Amino acid sequence: MASLDRTARAFLLSELVAGFALTLKYMFKPKVTVNYPYEKGPLGPRFRGEHALRRYPNGEERCIACKLCEAICPAQAITIEAEPRDDGSRRTTRYDIDMTKCIYCGFCQEACPVDAIVEGPNFEFSTETREELMYNKDKLLANGDRWEPVIAANLQADALYR
Amino acid sequence: MPKVKIDGVELEVPAGITILQACELAGLEIPRFCYHERLSIAGNCRMCLVEVKPGPPKPQASCALPVADKQEIFTTTPMVQKARNGVMEFLLINHPLDCPICDQGGECDLQDQAMAYGFDRSRFHENKRAVPDKELGPLVKTSMNRCIHCTRCIRFATEVAGVEELGATGRGESMEVTTYVKHALSTELAGNLVDLCPVGALTSKPYAFEARSWELQKTESVDVMDALGSNIRIDTRGAQVMRVLPRLNDDVNEEWISDKTRHAIDGLRHQRLDRPYVRRAGKLVEATWDEAFAAIAAKLKGLDGAKIAAIAGDQCDAESMVALKDLMTALGSPNVDCRQDGAKLEGGPRGSYLFNPGVRGIDQADAILLVGTNPRLEAPVLNARIRKRHLAGRCAIASIGPAADLTYPVERLGAGPATLAELAEGKLGFFAKLEAAKHPLIVLGMGALARDDGGAVLAQARDLADKIGAVRADWNGFAVLHTAAARVGGLDLGLVPGMGGRDVAGILADCEAGEIAVVYLLAADEIDTKRLGKAFVIYQGHHGDAGAHRADVVLPGAAYTEKPGTYVNTEGRVQLARRAVYPPGDAREDWAILRALSERLGKILPYDTLDQIRSRLVMVNKSFAAIDQQEPGHWGGFGTPGKTSDAPFVSPVANFYMTCPISRVSRTMAACTASRAQLMAAE
Repeated sequence: MASLDRTARAFLLSELVAGFALTLKYMFKPKVTVNYPYEKGPLGPRFRGEHALRRYPNGEERCIACKLCEAICPAQAITIEAEPRDDGSRRTTRYDIDMTKCIYCGFCQEACPVDAIVEGPNFEFSTETREELMYNKDKLLANGDRWEPVIAANLQADALYR
Repeated sequence: MPKVKIDGVELEVPAGITILQACELAGLEIPRFCYHERLSIAGNCRMCLVEVKPGPPKPQASCALPVADKQEIFTTTPMVQKARNGVMEFLLINHPLDCPICDQGGECDLQDQAMAYGFDRSRFHENKRAVPDKELGPLVKTSMNRCIHCTRCIRFATEVAGVEELGATGRGESMEVTTYVKHALSTELAGNLVDLCPVGALTSKPYAFEARSWELQKTESVDVMDALGSNIRIDTRGAQVMRVLPRLNDDVNEEWISDKTRHAIDGLRHQRLDRPYVRRAGKLVEATWDEAFAAIAAKLKGLDGAKIAAIAGDQCDAESMVALKDLMTALGSPNVDCRQDGAKLEGGPRGSYLFNPGVRGIDQADAILLVGTNPRLEAPVLNARIRKRHLAGRCAIASIGPAADLTYPVERLGAGPATLAELAEGKLGFFAKLEAAKHPLIVLGMGALARDDGGAVLAQARDLADKIGAVRADWNGFAVLHTAAARVGGLDLGLVPGMGGRDVAGILADCEAGEIAVVYLLAADEIDTKRLGKAFVIYQGHHGDAGAHRADVVLPGAAYTEKPGTYVNTEGRVQLARRAVYPPGDAREDWAILRALSERLGKILPYDTLDQIRSRLVMVNKSFAAIDQQEPGHWGGFGTPGKTSDAPFVSPVANFYMTCPISRVSRTMAACTASRAQLMAAE
C-alpha cells in the first residue's frame, strides 16, 4: 500500500506542485529585502560602526589622551601618543586606529571618559587598499565632524539606559 | 620584645616600632598617604586608622602610635572600615576628578585606595577648592588642586635633600604647599619628590603626558651618571627610554636617585652615532662596518705596539674594557689607561681606590673628613646619606677643599694639600676628633687625586688614615669617592699603563710629539682632543661628542641602557646593568665590536658570547664573581710620597647637570643648568 502511494505521488508530481505553489504564494506577499544601496534597513542607536573622534560644540577636540581606549582595546588596534599642547593641556599628537585589526567590540567608547571616541552609525567604509583602513587622527576627527548630528542623537537616545 | 595580637594573630615584634610597622610585619597592608619609611612621621592624613585595645574607644592613627605589650590591634572591624571610608570621602571632597589627564593615573596611591575605601559617588555639592599651581623648577610639574597635604614633599626637602624651601602656609581649607619665595628648588634630588607624592600633585615635567605606567616595559638596571651606581629601573616604550625610576637598595642608594640619573635620558635620543663613519678628505662620511674595519686594519698593519694607545671612557662597561685591554695586549701596546682625568690611582692594592667602608659605612661613621671633594655635585645621593648621618647626631664633619654648601654643617679646615699635611701632623684640632672617633671616615675625592701631585696627596691621606687608626680589621675608613662609573671597574681590570706604557697625559704628549700614531678612544670624551695631534683616532662610543668629532674612524657603540654590562661602583660593588632597548641603527654592543675588530686584525679575542667574556672578567679579577656584593679591598702600601703644590683642591664637577656625553645633549639637563644659573644669579 505504501509503495502504491509513493508511486502515485511520483507520477502525479505532487511535490513539484507543492513547491511551485509555495513560490507562487511568496510572489504575491510583500517583499522582505530592501533595495540596497537605494534603500537601507533601520539601525539602533547602539550600532557599532566606523569610529569617529568628536569635538565639543566650541570646536575643541574632546580627546584628552588618557589612553584608556588603547589600554582596553582587545585587538590592540589603537595607538596613541601624547604631549602637552602649547596651552599646557593634555592632547594627542597621534591617534591611530588600525581598522583591519578592530573587532568593533565598542570597548573603546565604553572606556572613554569624555565621549570622544565613538563608534558611529556608518558601516559603509570599505576601501580598495588596506592602507586606507589605517585611520589617523585627521581621518577620525573628520568622521566626527561629518557624523556629529547622528552620533549626538544616538548618544542622547541611549543615555536613558546608561 | 612586646607581644601584640593583630587581628587575632599573636606576634612578637621589636620594641619601639609603630603599630603600622607591626602590622606590616604581620603581613597586613595598612593604607597610608603621609607615612613613609624614610621620612619622619607626620600622622596627618589619618588614612592608617586602626582600632587598638586597650585604649580610648576610637580609631587611632597607627603610623604614629608605638606598639606596647599585650596590645590588641584590629584592622578590619566595622569601626576601622567606617573610619577609613570617612577619611577617604573627606580626601576626595577637594580632589579633582581628573584622573584621565593626570600623569599619576595608573600608579596613584589615592586612586588605588579609593578603589578599596572610596564611596562610588560624591555627596559634596559645593564648589571644590582651587589652588594656584607653584613653580618648582624644570623637573617638577605641580597641579596643586590635587594635593592632599600629606607633607611628604616638605619632609623630603627638609630632611633628606636638606633644602628648607618647601613648606605649608595657611590652615585647614586654605592650607597650601608652597616655596614661600617663588623660585626653583635648589636640590639635585628634586626628581624624588615626584616619586614620593602619593597623588598627582607633583609630577615629572619632562615626562608630562608622554606615557602611561601600564604601557611601559620595566628593566632593572644600574646607573652610570656617577660612580655611586644607583640601582634604577628603566621604563621603556618601544625603542625609547621613557623614564628612569629608583630601585630599592639600602646598601647603595636607599630609594633616591639624583636628577641627572633620572632626567638625562632624553640625551639618549639626540646626537646618537647610529652607523660607522670614516674620515675621507677631511670629512667624516658614512661607511659600512666592513669599510670602517678595513680603514683601521690598514692603519694598524705592521705598526709597532708602542705606537698604539687606548683610552677608556668614564661610562664604559667592564666587558668592553677587558676586551680593549686584551686587544691592546695582543697588539703589543702597553699604553692603556682608563683615568681620563689623570687621577693618580695606580690600581695597586684594591683598598687604595675603593670607598672601603661602603655607603652603609657612612651610617656608622662618627667623624668624617672630606678631602678635595664636593659630594653634593659628585654623588648627590651619597651626600644625602652623609646628611642622614649628620641628622642622626654626634658626627663631626670637616672638609679640606672647595667651599660649598653641602646641606649640612661642615667645618672647613683649609683648601689644599698643605692643610692635609698639617692635619696629618696633628696640628689641627680636628685631628683629635678623628683620633677619638671609633669609626673615622676619610673621603678622598677626585679633586685631590686628579692633579700632578695626586700621588703625594694619596700618600698623605693614607698616612693620615694610619695615624688616626682608620684602617683596622673591623673597619676601613679610607674612602675614595670616584666620579666616573667605569673607573673602579677599569682599575680592577688593570686598565693602567703596562711596563713602559704611557698614561693619558703621556699619550696626549706623545700624540703631540708624533710618537703615537693610533689612538683608540673607547667612549672617551673628557680628554683634550686638540692635543691628539696628527694621530689616527678611532672613536668607539654612542654619542657624537668631542671624541667622535676628532675621530678618523667612528664605530657606533651602545649606551648604558642598550647593552647588558657589568659596572663596579665606587665601593667596589659589582652590579649588572641589563638591556632595556636595542642600540639605534647599526650600533652594536661595545665588547662585540672589539671582538669583531680583533678578528679583522688577526688577533682573535677568545670569547664569543657574553657568558664567555664574563668568565674572562672573573679570570682577570675574582671580585667580578661576586655580583651585588661589596668585596672588601685589601690594604697595602700605595701612593708616592713627595712634595705637594700649594694649589687648592677643586671639585672635578663644575656643572652637576652636564658631566657626560649623554647629559651634555640632554635638553632637560640644559634647562636645569639654566635654572640653576638663574638661581645663583638671584642669590
